[in-house]
Amino acid sequence: MGIRSLRTASISTGVKRSKVWDQSAVVTNIGQLAYESIATVTVGAGGLSTVSFTSIPNTYKHLQLRCLARTTAAVDNDAAFLNFNSDSSANYAAHNLRGNGGITAASGGVGSSTVIQRFAGGNQSSINLGAAIVDILDYASTNKNKTLRDLGGYDFNGTGNIYFSGGLWINTNAITSITITTSQGGNWSQYSQFALYGIKG
Amino acid sequence: MTVTYSTIQTYTIPSVTTTFTLSSIPSTYTDLVLVFGGGTVAPTGVYIRFNGDSGSNYSTTRMSGWATNNNSARSTNQTRVEVGGSWSDTNHMVVNLQNYSNTSINKVGICRTSDATDTVAAGAILWRNTAAINSIAFSTDATNFAAGTVITLYGIKAE
Repeated sequence: MGIRSLRTASISTGVKRSKVWDQSAVVTNIGQLAYESIATVTVGAGGLSTVSFTSIPNTYKHLQLRCLARTTAAVDNDAAFLNFNSDSSANYAAHNLRGNGGITAASGGVGSSTVIQRFAGGNQSSINLGAAIVDILDYASTNKNKTLRDLGGYDFNGTGNIYFSGGLWINTNAITSITITTSQGGNWSQYSQFALYGIKG
Repeated sequence: MTVTYSTIQTYTIPSVTTTFTLSSIPSTYTDLVLVFGGGTVAPTGVYIRFNGDSGSNYSTTRMSGWATNNNSARSTNQTRVEVGGSWSDTNHMVVNLQNYSNTSINKVGICRTSDATDTVAAGAILWRNTAAINSIAFSTDATNFAAGTVITLYGIKAE
């Protein structure tokens, strides 16, 4: 077994710590997957009202949006509204299953944007954020309406929510742009990050 | 645009063990994705701890479903954090750790678990520490991880 790269982490087991190349562990090469970074927005100290990704190429099979965020709205937690291709008509739907540490519940509806869950609100410490991983499936197809799925949430040591969500844009156009706004009217606060990736088919 | 999803390491548990640690994790990625395939020799929670921190700095909110039941629960001020449950050696678990090397924020993660024999679950975890994550230690309630369990750590780099 060769040492492939200095980026390869070492492994220790139990109380006997030793380098990975001393063990019988199987270590693979530094792998490369068909997953590419398209663009990333990291929010600075001044905050940001809207995050936009434009000119999204149609050369991928799926998109993945990885979010880590807090808003400035005076709430404990907040959601994000997603709009595609500047369409703000009532062509969207969203449904979710969530757990809040005590019960599970489900909700959903239709509206002028779809919704991803769930992030820190402005009542939380500025160093606490929520996270979501959003898969936008077959986004470049012109034969079907667009669907997404989202797993996200936050925990703040006494409060928290975990969401599993689905979203719909009733439009067969290829998605070429995405705008992301907060659901309670605030801005995205510092350290929030939205990273868009393309997955090859 | 470049390829940005890389395998950092893959570890196959050679024989049953109560704990193991992935260490020397580089800080050069934006996110980490931990994929756990295999399980344990008996039902247990699966826990992780970052950077050897055994303080009461971990918490989680989670939900799960099994058979016709569902549940949501929370754990606070823990000395390690549960990222899923394992009922057998047919468990699959994914833990996403975003901006794991950002030293300005506490660390959050999103987890999901499915066990072919019992339960599906998802959770949000928090480590109240702004340090970059450089090691992840795994443990159980009081049992062993099964031999042959494979843990792969991926790094995603945003541009």
